[in-house]
Amino acid sequence: MWSYTLRRTLGSVPTLLALCVITFFMMRVAPGGPFSGNRRVSPEFVKLMEDAYHLNDPLWQQFWTWFNGVLHFDLGPSLKLRDYNVSELIAIGLPTSLEVGAWAMLLSTLVGVVLGIAGALRRNGPIDYSAGAIAMVGVAVPIFVIGPLLQIVFGLQLRWLPVARWDDSWQCRVLPVLTLALPNIAYVSRLMRSSMIETARTNYVRTARAKGIGEWRTILKHALRGAIMPVVAYLGPATAVTISGSVVVETVFSIPGIGRFFVESVANRDYPLIMGVTLLYGAIVIAANLVTDIARGLLDPKVSYE
Amino acid sequence: MSAEPAAAASPNRPVLSVQDMSIQFKLPQGWITAVDRVSFDLRQGEVVGIVGESGSGKSQILLSLMGLLAGNGRCSGSAVFEGQQLLNRPPKELDAIRGSTMSMIFQDPMTSLNPYMRVSDQLTEVLTAHQGKSKAEALEVAIEMLERVRIPEARRRIRLYPHEFSGGMRQRVMIAMALLCRPEVLFADEPTTALDVTVQAQILELMAELARDMRTAVAIVTHDLGVIARLCDRVIVLYGGRIMEQGSLDEIFYDPKHPYTKGLLASTPRLDEKVHGELRTIPGQPRAAMGDFPGCPFEPRCALRIDRCRAEMPALLGDDKGRAVACHVSGV
Repeated sequence: MWSYTLRRTLGSVPTLLALCVITFFMMRVAPGGPFSGNRRVSPEFVKLMEDAYHLNDPLWQQFWTWFNGVLHFDLGPSLKLRDYNVSELIAIGLPTSLEVGAWAMLLSTLVGVVLGIAGALRRNGPIDYSAGAIAMVGVAVPIFVIGPLLQIVFGLQLRWLPVARWDDSWQCRVLPVLTLALPNIAYVSRLMRSSMIETARTNYVRTARAKGIGEWRTILKHALRGAIMPVVAYLGPATAVTISGSVVVETVFSIPGIGRFFVESVANRDYPLIMGVTLLYGAIVIAANLVTDIARGLLDPKVSYE
Repeated sequence: MSAEPAAAASPNRPVLSVQDMSIQFKLPQGWITAVDRVSFDLRQGEVVGIVGESGSGKSQILLSLMGLLAGNGRCSGSAVFEGQQLLNRPPKELDAIRGSTMSMIFQDPMTSLNPYMRVSDQLTEVLTAHQGKSKAEALEVAIEMLERVRIPEARRRIRLYPHEFSGGMRQRVMIAMALLCRPEVLFADEPTTALDVTVQAQILELMAELARDMRTAVAIVTHDLGVIARLCDRVIVLYGGRIMEQGSLDEIFYDPKHPYTKGLLASTPRLDEKVHGELRTIPGQPRAAMGDFPGCPFEPRCALRIDRCRAEMPALLGDDKGRAVACHVSGV
């Protein structure tokens, strides 16, 4: 397994490299630059600023300079947030995004799996219909609607939780985590339900029933193992997306996460910040997929690491 | 060899008695009858073959007895096993019986074992659930049983997963699993259909031998007359969800009375006869929906049919030794 992990990690290097090259040159093809938005500055001054950041060097040279920095763990300065370099900005935003994302994933996995199993076992019963309704809301209503709705109900009317604040209290985390988790709860519960229904019809679950070991043991020991496989496969990429920061949730709830930096950096043409965050997201996605594959290997004896 | 106490009752004591069992399935067009008022006994130590073509309802009989009927199915009638009614019993109550005194071997060994569990866990859970054995005790019994179904290196192989076994070996594991608690009754649903011809014979011999040793009564469902001839003491011939004829192996094979049984036997290719042209078949197709008409289900394909056959299903009439035929034209 360790050699597999090592091989996969090494194998991800070309992927990341390709990601960097494509992002770098595509951003440069897009019109505008970091200093083109500000009309009150004279063209001479813009030229001066661009020269200071080597933006007028040949592109391949700029790429090489940046890439050389990456090899030395230096992601470069931020062009807009002048007092910080990219590594510092990531260090500020990432832990917060990770925290919110991790709670949201934990919640959505637990609730989604339980709702899915309950729905599959009591098909067309009250639990199934309620789970279906939650899933429908979670999938259909975008989080920029759910977030403010939760703020109005729990923040403004019931006054149970802060509307948008970020400190060390758990109250601040409830609504953003819930908002971020809801679409995943919806998806995981639907996936779990259909997968469980399908698995309950397999021959090996019928064999387990014929053994007279009891319905609960049949479900938990025999059916669940096979039924959870599609959910595990979905969780990897979903985790990557969720923990790498949601711009919408971070904006709605004023959370100082990394998602905001990403969107602002694109709007500002803050090239080093774009590259740094892209590289980070790429690495997170690759790592999440690797963890998923290892988990699937541990769950399914037919998957081999060779 | 047998470690069983000598049976107190006579060797021909029926262990399972099925009376007027009917099975229906709900389809979009309504309820259709798959099995229609079937009655038979299974006596201690005997092997009964249930033959019939695809869709004749033979597998459904076994599944209903095990409480494994599909969600859209229902059954009526009675099936008494060890003084207990099996049909329409809640699964919780059946769990005390199934896997223990009554067990089943399924058709497809490739998909009937759990691919995510070690063979050891799949075997030992039967013993821990039914006999309250510890894991270690159960493992020893399971290894012993794997040796009895002639899996070489059982102690090592019990740790493997099903996909690491061949089809024949998996069916041996299934047999071992079914026999772990030394059941009174063993159901086998086409146990060799999915296997190589060369492996089929070994598996059948193994089943027959173990059932004999443990004095287990076996009901084996198949469409393969070769399997019947090799294994069974008694034969029940099913067509369109009804029993057409039943009798001892010799009676069915050498003195068939019912036109369907005769046709079935005549359609079996034989090595000692030269085949000229095409293989013999019974002309026509089975009816699509069964049991919803008054007559004999075989009537449309029967060479001997008379007017009465269309109007009235003949009763299954026979002697007290278990020989019976359901036909207006050629009775016992």
